[in-house]
Amino acid sequence: MQKKSKGKAVRYNKWGYIFLIPFILIYVVFQLVPLFTTIFYSFFEYYKSGLKVIGPNFVGFKNYIDMFVNSDIPVYAGNTLIMWILGFVPQILVSLLLGAWFSNPSLRLKGQRFFKTVIYLPNLIMASAFSMLFFTLFSENGPINDILIAVGILDEPFKFLSSVWGTRGLVALMNFLMWFGNTTILLMAGMMGIDTSLFESAEVDGANSTQVFFKITLPLLRPILVYVLITSLIGGLQMFDVPQILTNATGDPMRSSMTLIMYLNKHLYSKNFGAAGALSVILFIITAILSIIVYNVSNKKED
Amino acid sequence: MAKTTNKVKGLSGSLGLGARRVIAYVFLGFISVLCLFWFYVLLVNATRSHGEMTLGFTPVPSTHFLDNWKSLMESSLPVIRGMLNSLFVAAASALLSTYFSTMTAYAIHAYDFKLKKFMFTFILMIMTIPSQVTALGFIDLVGKMNLEDSFIPLIVPTIAAPVTFFYMKQYMESALPLSLIEAARIDGSGEFRTFNSIIIPLMKPAIAVQAIFTFVSSWNNYFTPALILHDNNKKTLPILIAQLRAADFLKFDMGQVYMMIAFSIFPVVVVYLILSKHIVQGVAMGSVKG
Repeated sequence: MQKKSKGKAVRYNKWGYIFLIPFILIYVVFQLVPLFTTIFYSFFEYYKSGLKVIGPNFVGFKNYIDMFVNSDIPVYAGNTLIMWILGFVPQILVSLLLGAWFSNPSLRLKGQRFFKTVIYLPNLIMASAFSMLFFTLFSENGPINDILIAVGILDEPFKFLSSVWGTRGLVALMNFLMWFGNTTILLMAGMMGIDTSLFESAEVDGANSTQVFFKITLPLLRPILVYVLITSLIGGLQMFDVPQILTNATGDPMRSSMTLIMYLNKHLYSKNFGAAGALSVILFIITAILSIIVYNVSNKKED
Repeated sequence: MAKTTNKVKGLSGSLGLGARRVIAYVFLGFISVLCLFWFYVLLVNATRSHGEMTLGFTPVPSTHFLDNWKSLMESSLPVIRGMLNSLFVAAASALLSTYFSTMTAYAIHAYDFKLKKFMFTFILMIMTIPSQVTALGFIDLVGKMNLEDSFIPLIVPTIAAPVTFFYMKQYMESALPLSLIEAARIDGSGEFRTFNSIIIPLMKPAIAVQAIFTFVSSWNNYFTPALILHDNNKKTLPILIAQLRAADFLKFDMGQVYMMIAFSIFPVVVVYLILSKHIVQGVAMGSVKG
């Protein structure tokens, strides 16, 4: 009987390969081949000067060396990291707090569905339109300045977009608003998964809710927290739409809000393939390392 | 921030349940206002004329909604065309991505073959690699295939969507018993027909959730379309927003600017409010691993 069904299974199992064909074909053509082309061009001098195309000439690791010597890339990497941290720190704190409240059975908060709907809403908004909205709202004659002057916080309009920390702050605020709802829902799902008997026995032992949160909830959430941290960092490295639209692709003031992908985009636009290739490869290696960490964390959880 | 959080927590530990609830509601109220305030101002300003807005902000809507709408329609930005382009690309992506991701997940879920474990691990590994890092090769390829100003390079690649695949695979583990496939075989159904007429209908809830997510991310996508679409008739909404931002701002009628932003944001908001229950559940489900 078993033998028979096994033989049958083998006959069917070629369909596993057949059903995988579309994925593999599309992945190879539109992802894998472009990845190799990107790596390939990173070793060439290949750019447009006016209407003249220079190259491709093989230059070895020159593009990579140029990235670190006489280049602003370290500055842009710093900008990206700073704006990510500014958005991520409040995001994780608020998400932990909200997640703990939502998943706390003794608190029995009403209107949870309403609150979850509201906090997730900014995540689905078109980032470029959201950024354009913030640009108009926070402009010199915009409604935010009107309001701040009307209630007496400011005497004259504050030029958010001429200030380094004003601009970075706005980018971070938008990233925070767009992502804390998502993180809250992820953390809440993790908190609901914790065995409730742990909480009960802690309560019997006389622990208060602060102790329960720091001694039980947080340590058990560690895998999810690491997952959230790394995926958010990968997302942060891709930061583009919000600062691009907010600063009209300039990264001003003084390129203090220029991110790595904005810089990459600039080179792609001007068909400067050599430099763009080297930057892409570095970003690929960083995200690949981070992805391996994510993979290991999510897998450990299953054990 | 950390300090205040600790303080709130510390306080709530010694406070009664009622007080803790009050703190929670006040904070939730504050955070909800923080999320919705911007859209409220947008809605109000989309109804006000340029002249009214120069006088300062008022929280009450005005009566110029239709005027702003008309001036947006008469402006040089092809917004209706952009909307239709965005709609087409997003809908086609959602359709192809969910159908083929279900197929990929089914291949891994229902069959036993040598490379099964390898393929599954491989897809999980590439899940978090962003498309930006291969964008250079991608636009090079698009140029060589003569597909610039075409929607094909925006739609077809969504067939290989690791995140959608992963969600489908998770859903199948909980909702698709292998015995069902066995039963279909005994009834003489071919493998492809089983997939189309039995599996796809069973996967409808998961397909709906992922179709929404794919639709929204395609609708919002700015990076790739901006590198591929240059013809005014092909541009999608995010590219038009960028064009609006790049235009000399003082020349603009602000009522028109707000109307354009509202035009890009509110369709998604309305759809979201209708489907929010499924979407929020979908996010939570995608996160529960193992």
